[in-house]
Order: sequence, then structure tokens, then C-alpha cells
Amino acid sequence: MRNDDQADYPQIRTVGLSGLIISFSNRLEDAYNRAALALRAAVSDAAIPGVLETSTSLASVYVRFDSQQSTHAALTAQLSQLLADRDWTQAPLPKGRRFWRVPTVYGGDLAPQLAEAADLAGMSEQAAIDALGAARVRVLTIGFAPGQPYLGPLGPEWNIPRQTALTPMVPRGALVQAVSQFVLFTASTPTGWRHVGQTGLHGFQPTSDTPFTLRAGDEMQFFPVSKAEFLRLCEQDPNLGGAQVSEVEA
Amino acid sequence: MTGLFVLRTGPAVSIQDHGRAGLLSYGVSQGGAADLRALAEGAALLRQAPDLAALEMAGFGGEFEARGDLRIALTGAPMVATLDGAPLAWNASHGVMAGQRLKIGAAQQGVYGYLHLGGGIDAPKMLGARSVHLAAGLGRNTQAGDVLQAGPDTTYETGLTLPVDPRFDGGEIRIVESFQSDLFAPQTRTRFAETTFKRGPRANRMGVELLSQGEGFAADGQLNILSEIIVPGDIQMTGDGQPFVLMRECQTTGGYPRIGTVLPCDLPRVAQAGAGQQLRFKWVSLDAALDAEQRATQEINRLRSQCKPLVRDPATLQDLLAYQLVGGVVSATDDPFLEKDLKGADR
Repeated sequence: MRNDDQADYPQIRTVGLSGLIISFSNRLEDAYNRAALALRAAVSDAAIPGVLETSTSLASVYVRFDSQQSTHAALTAQLSQLLADRDWTQAPLPKGRRFWRVPTVYGGDLAPQLAEAADLAGMSEQAAIDALGAARVRVLTIGFAPGQPYLGPLGPEWNIPRQTALTPMVPRGALVQAVSQFVLFTASTPTGWRHVGQTGLHGFQPTSDTPFTLRAGDEMQFFPVSKAEFLRLCEQDPNLGGAQVSEVEA
Repeated sequence: MTGLFVLRTGPAVSIQDHGRAGLLSYGVSQGGAADLRALAEGAALLRQAPDLAALEMAGFGGEFEARGDLRIALTGAPMVATLDGAPLAWNASHGVMAGQRLKIGAAQQGVYGYLHLGGGIDAPKMLGARSVHLAAGLGRNTQAGDVLQAGPDTTYETGLTLPVDPRFDGGEIRIVESFQSDLFAPQTRTRFAETTFKRGPRANRMGVELLSQGEGFAADGQLNILSEIIVPGDIQMTGDGQPFVLMRECQTTGGYPRIGTVLPCDLPRVAQAGAGQQLRFKWVSLDAALDAEQRATQEINRLRSQCKPLVRDPATLQDLLAYQLVGGVVSATDDPFLEKDLKGADR
């Protein structure tokens, strides 16, 4: 069994038959997420023969390649070379980031697991709404489903485990919480995360010219509104649910 | 317009091609046909490009009326098929004339049957492909009233058949270690390969549930690991250590750990295992896996040359149909569409 130590990172490992993953940590920290975003850009720029696709997770970069055009050994050597180039944890955040303020209903019938999450975080429901509603979080990665952001980091009190059983279905726009992060669901889905808030923001609009609303590096705040206000905003602004967007100063 | 008008259809029927590669960074998994071999077989039988879209039918087909003369091929899980009441051979290509009715019933074995059109199904592309991706909200299942429009068909050849590649009854599935395998104790990994699983009732294009007796297969501290990249074929353990094989329409990232990854060439066998069928997993080295994958690709490339003329003998077909009823792999009464016709054929 693996006994992970930060000193063992970064690591390059295989993913299935035709992929490699470069992991900066097994923990979520800002610097590791930045490192992943920057390294992915560098791998893309390097135009390595055989590489078909790259993507990032919270603290890792995935490289899919054609095993007829390259080999695991050759690609591992090329990626090791890139890794050695610089201290990737010092890399700057991407340019052109945006700040989204998103009206959110916490608790009640639209987000029934707020109380449970607040309990696990050791605070009252109202304190949880105040804390979550004030948090300014970053899109750490897009994944799981189209345009769907993982957001964080939240404070250590929110490092609560996923549920052992799946919630059968949460709706599109659901704000769910676990392991010091939010996810904002872009489609209705079963989940092991707890449904703490509901928004009207659609992160994926398949028929739009810009189908993916959010980008890795964007910042977000989910400020509390009443259910009545939320319903009014959703009717007025069916794609964004009243979310306001501005540029983040460089 | 040439195509098929959909009169009735099963609950999980959708247009599928190879899906959308290259969108992982946007959270879009590739998707595409659950049984890519069946997609390739259809292309070989119709002498056409391998990337055209076909109709994927999970468990049950539908009833269609031809608009114009067209060619079809039937591949994947064998289903009871008739054209104007006359039985049609599976794993074969056929000509269909304007106005004729095609009925495709329940799968006799396996899960996913495929209906291919000469020229492919010319559905609108979404994010670069025609594949419906329900988990991503791209498109929807086919339903009554839809028209499956055929693309331009350039040849006339029909009446070809391919030998059946048996993959519809579970069996042994080869797996490789992946980047999270060592989160599982060596004895857990060994026990996983020594366990005979049954395919559970929860199975779709996203994932296939594996059931077994006794202890689960959890990794230590698995509820708190970071979400990481998922690839199709990954075998994920949910919180209580119950395995799911993630299929082509799986999510792109996830936090439940994966014990290993099914070889892409063995994934159709997982997809095609019916509920309750047995599956076993065998660890192979990465080199052995890459060799196996290359051989499977070569085999797919040879499909076109393996097509043989279909022997059209109505007496034999009649016997086969009767045998299916008597043999009872699947009860004909499970299929409300075809019950009447089959009884007629049996008379």
C-alpha cells in the first residue's frame, strides 16, 4: 500500500493503457493547483510527438498519448525533463480570470443537506450559511461533467468526507460540498457530496457559441438569497440565475 | 429523404458513433458506442467508413418504417429481428425497401444491439460528434416519431455476414494496474482477481455494477482522496468498497479510488454482460496489455475481409426462430412488440 509523503512528489504514473499522470501532491493546496495549471500549459506548448490530449485535476496533469507514436518510457523521460525545468509550485495563475458572484439558496427543500454538512463542520446552520456565503473560492479544475467546476479551497473545518452512499439525484445548479471544496453541478446527477445550496447558474450550455461558462482559475462567491428572490432571478436570467461577472485585477 | 421513421422504441435507444475525444479539459468524456467492436462490424458489413453513427439499443430495439430504399446492418447483442414479419439474420447486412417495417425485439443474449444504416445516421453534430451523451446533457434518447435520416450511401452491397465474436456472456476480463492501484493492499488486489462477480442490476453507459459475496474492496482512507482523472474501463470502489466498471460515458474525474483499468479491447465484453452474468478479472502487465490491444486493433482492421455472403434459406431461418423460442434464452413474452409475430412464425 502507498504511504504518501510530500517528499515523494512530483510523481509520474500510468493511467490505464495510454495515459500518464503527473501529480504534485495528494493534498489540495493552492500551490499544487497552480503548478498543475502551469505544467499543463507547458506540456501543450512543447508539442511532444504522440501526445493527443492534456487536462488537469486538482493537483495533477493528465497526458493521453498514442502508444503507436510514443512509448511510456519516452514520454516519461520528456515529462521528467519538463518537470525539472523550474519550480512549478511558484507558477502564476492563468491570465484573464473572472470573478462570479452567484445568488444561492442555502438549506430548505432546495438544498436539503445544509444542516448535515453544518453539523459535520461543527457549526450552526446560520453560521454555515454566513461562512459558505462569504467564501471567495477559485475554480481549481473543470471536471466530472461538462463545464463543471471544482471550487476551493474552503477552510479545514469543511474537510468533511463524502457520504458512504450516493444521493440518488441532485439537480443542475446544485452547490455540493465535501473535502474542503464545492462542486457546482452542471447537470442533474447522483453524488456522494452533500447538497448545501442551489443556484441558477448553468456551467454548460451545449447549444451556445460558448458552451462552457467557467474556466479554471476563475473566482466565485455564492452569496445567500431567499428562495423567493432565487426563483425570481432564475425566471429573469434562466442561464446564469442572476450571477454577476467582473474581471479579476491582475 | 431516406431513412427510418421510428414507430416505437425501447427505453434506452440512442444514436452513437466514436464520441468526442479531446474535450477532457472541459469535463466532457469521450462517450461513444458501448461496444466499439459492434460499431466496426456494422461498418465492415456495409462497406463504409468506420466513424459513421448507428443506433445503439440497450436490451430492446423498436419498430421502424423505411422511408425510401436503404441498406441496414444488425450487430452487437443478438436481438429478434423481422422485416415485414420475415426473420432477419443478425450480424448481417440487408436491403430494406420503402414502406417495409423493421421490428427489433429483446436481446437474446448480451445488452447492446446496433442498427446501422447505409450512409450512417446523419444526425446533427454536437460538439463535433453525433453521439448522444446523456450524462453530459448532449442529445436525448431516440423516441417514437423521430426520423433516423440516412447519410449519402455510395454502395449497394447487402446480404453479408460476419462470424459472431462471442462477448455476450461475461467471462474473463483483463485489467492493468493504474496510478491508484497501490492505494489498495496487495491482498485486496489479489482477492479481487480471485473473486467471481455477478453483473449487478445497476448498469448503463456510465458504469456497470459488480456484485460479490463477502467483504468489499475498499482502499484505506478512501473517502478523503483527491478527485483525479478517470478513463473508461477504470474499476472504481464506492464508499463501501463495492466495485463499478466505469464505461465510455463515465465522468472525467472522480474521488473514489480505482483498483485497476480494463483493457479497452475487453470493455465490450463488460458492456455486453447481462444482469446476473459472471465476470472475473485477470491482472496482466502493461506490456501484455499493449500487445493485446494492438492485436485487437489488427483484428478490427481485418473485419472487412471476413464478411461472407449470407446464405438465404427461409426454411433454415424458420427453424432457427423456432429454436430460439424453444431454447428460451430469452422468453419471447418479454417482448411485447414481437410476441404476436413470433407466435405466427411458430405456427
